[in-house]
Amino acid sequence: MIVAEQKPLKEIIAMTSPFKKLLIVGCNECVTVCHAGGRKEVEQLAAALAMAAQKDGRPLEIKEVTLERCCDPEYIEQVRPFIDQYEAVLSCACSVGTQYFADTYPTKWALPALNTSFMGGSLAQGIWAERCAGCGNCILHETGGICPIARCSKRMLNGPCGGSTGGHCEVNPDIPCGWQLIWDRLVALGRTPDYAKIMAAKDWNTSRDGGPRKIVREDLTI
Amino acid sequence: MKTESKLEKILESGQLAVTSEAGPPRGAEPEVIRKKGEMLKAYVDCCNVTDNQTAMVRVCSLASCIILKQMGLSPILQMTARDRNRLAIQADILGAYAFGINTMLCLTGDHQSFGDHPTAANVFDLDSIQMIQGVNKIRQEGTFMGGAKMTLAPKMFIGAAANPFADPFELRVMRLAKKIAAGVDFIQTQCIFNMDKFGKWMQMICDEGLDQKVHILAGITPMKGLGMARYMKNKVPGMDVPDEVINRLKGVPKEKQADEGITMAVEQIQQLKEMKGVHGFHIMAIEWEEKVPEIVERAGLLPRPKVD
Amino acid sequence: MSEAFEPTIIAYTCHFCPYEMADKAGEQGLSYPTNVSIIEVPCTGRIDVIHLLRAFQDGADGVYVVACKEGECHHKTGNLVAKKRLQYTKKILDDLEIGSERLEMRYIMTGEVPHFARIAQEMTDKIRALGPNPVKNGGAAHKA
Ligand code: SF4
Ligand code: SF4
Repeated sequence: MIVAEQKPLKEIIAMTSPFKKLLIVGCNECVTVCHAGGRKEVEQLAAALAMAAQKDGRPLEIKEVTLERCCDPEYIEQVRPFIDQYEAVLSCACSVGTQYFADTYPTKWALPALNTSFMGGSLAQGIWAERCAGCGNCILHETGGICPIARCSKRMLNGPCGGSTGGHCEVNPDIPCGWQLIWDRLVALGRTPDYAKIMAAKDWNTSRDGGPRKIVREDLTI
Repeated sequence: MKTESKLEKILESGQLAVTSEAGPPRGAEPEVIRKKGEMLKAYVDCCNVTDNQTAMVRVCSLASCIILKQMGLSPILQMTARDRNRLAIQADILGAYAFGINTMLCLTGDHQSFGDHPTAANVFDLDSIQMIQGVNKIRQEGTFMGGAKMTLAPKMFIGAAANPFADPFELRVMRLAKKIAAGVDFIQTQCIFNMDKFGKWMQMICDEGLDQKVHILAGITPMKGLGMARYMKNKVPGMDVPDEVINRLKGVPKEKQADEGITMAVEQIQQLKEMKGVHGFHIMAIEWEEKVPEIVERAGLLPRPKVD
Repeated sequence: MSEAFEPTIIAYTCHFCPYEMADKAGEQGLSYPTNVSIIEVPCTGRIDVIHLLRAFQDGADGVYVVACKEGECHHKTGNLVAKKRLQYTKKILDDLEIGSERLEMRYIMTGEVPHFARIAQEMTDKIRALGPNPVKNGGAAHKA
């Protein structure tokens, strides 16, 4: 899923303070699961912003709504009947959702309440970690199922570097060395000879480096 | 001979090579580079010029190499993949070769979070092995990494680093084999303090016959004192400083520790001269370049051979 | 600030030890300040960030949670969960410059009847000294 966290409250207060009528929109998908922008967080944020305004003696009208999904046009449409009553949308969806509001309602401010951080999963209650960098050309079948791009701090395809120590990455002892993990998997799978193969320079064209990406499934388009 | 490199000529003649390192200054001061060049000129065959070492911005390796080259030294252009994509890497190689610089060291590079610009984006378009592959392709096929033909293709003598002390240990020889397969000609090792572990690594390399395929220059770093030894042991990732080293420095009074450090380096070189597969020495006297002549002399590595 | 300030305080109180003690305090005639309104909850683990925020938003000057002692929770870890949510809420209160010190967690055990009254008194004194919740004051201040 997409993992995000709420921006510092002060930053949100600063970006929303010019507005008197605010539509706060949450999303029922990833950001609900990672406790960053679901119904509950929307409610908390609305209460906090209301108090901030109350304290400063500035009028603020807030409407809270949480959509099923914010990365599909039909759900974004659901706010159309009342969006004109608000000056800005504060999006608690991931930054994809925020941009959907910007694209759909050209005259409304779309403000991000979250810092959208990575694609990952939860390790334990309250802890999430990155797993994929969306390079657009997956090589997990060659690396024992561990991604060297997302999990090696230098995204080396032929690691480990000389800084790998005791299973930790040189960048920070809290980061497991991605290449140690790959090696451990190759050992467990009985595939250590695979390590000898040099992985050629990657074609980053399928990654961000090729410009904003798009997938078209002709079989599904109407 | 694959190249015009002085280092290649010395190594191919079977003599022990001596290289050292000159760290460029953190200001636009060519005199600092010249001074280091003057100091090292008669004592080493080639001189590495570091590339934003430990991710601290310094005069670029290429400009510093040109200054040294014009003084008559044989510089080794260090190049990290951290700061350059494949376009910049090749452009710098073409530029270097245009100035007669024909030896380089391909590195992935320390992560930028260690340096003075931790908020910078890193590049890592290639890793060190892919860089070696690319430079070798230019040399052998006369084409850019992208495949287009070059008018005059640089023939670089290609070096890389190896750290026998990083983890996982069992991978250290396999990874070196990958660098060899990619086309590396010489290796400069990480600073050696744990002689037993280094010996074990060299043994494994010889067992695989890799010593026949690559020239290994043993990395030597003199300890300035107990403080430095402790720092290296505890703070520098991938560094292996055994207790014997700490204890030996502890055993001498503070003002004598620097001398003891030099003596230890000299003894190490003498010991390693006898080790199969060691084809030379890479002396990294960190911020202490002025001691290199003394180490080279006391280790009996003078005079340096003359090659054309 | 006028001396006549009488704070409004909400005490979220666990149904088990704490609420029982509050009840007993009443029965035994042990008085506690009328500033404190008690809201009984089945377990302090049921208290969410939004409940604490709402109390302040609706004008409470102080809020405290009375839980069973650590290790004595009838639902095992309800009080630990509450503690973390309080921590999280305190951060929001500081960011809003309402002040995290207006929110507190207190513990009580079966039998500690006088203790319940004492906590209520302490909280009342503390909040009285801190003055009113700036949220309800802010609007007034700006209008002035
Ligand atoms: S190889 Fe690419 S697609 Fe596969 S996990 Fe890594 S970043 Fe994601
Ligand atoms: S220590 Fe491991 S994870 Fe960190 S940069 Fe080196 S190879 Fe990558």
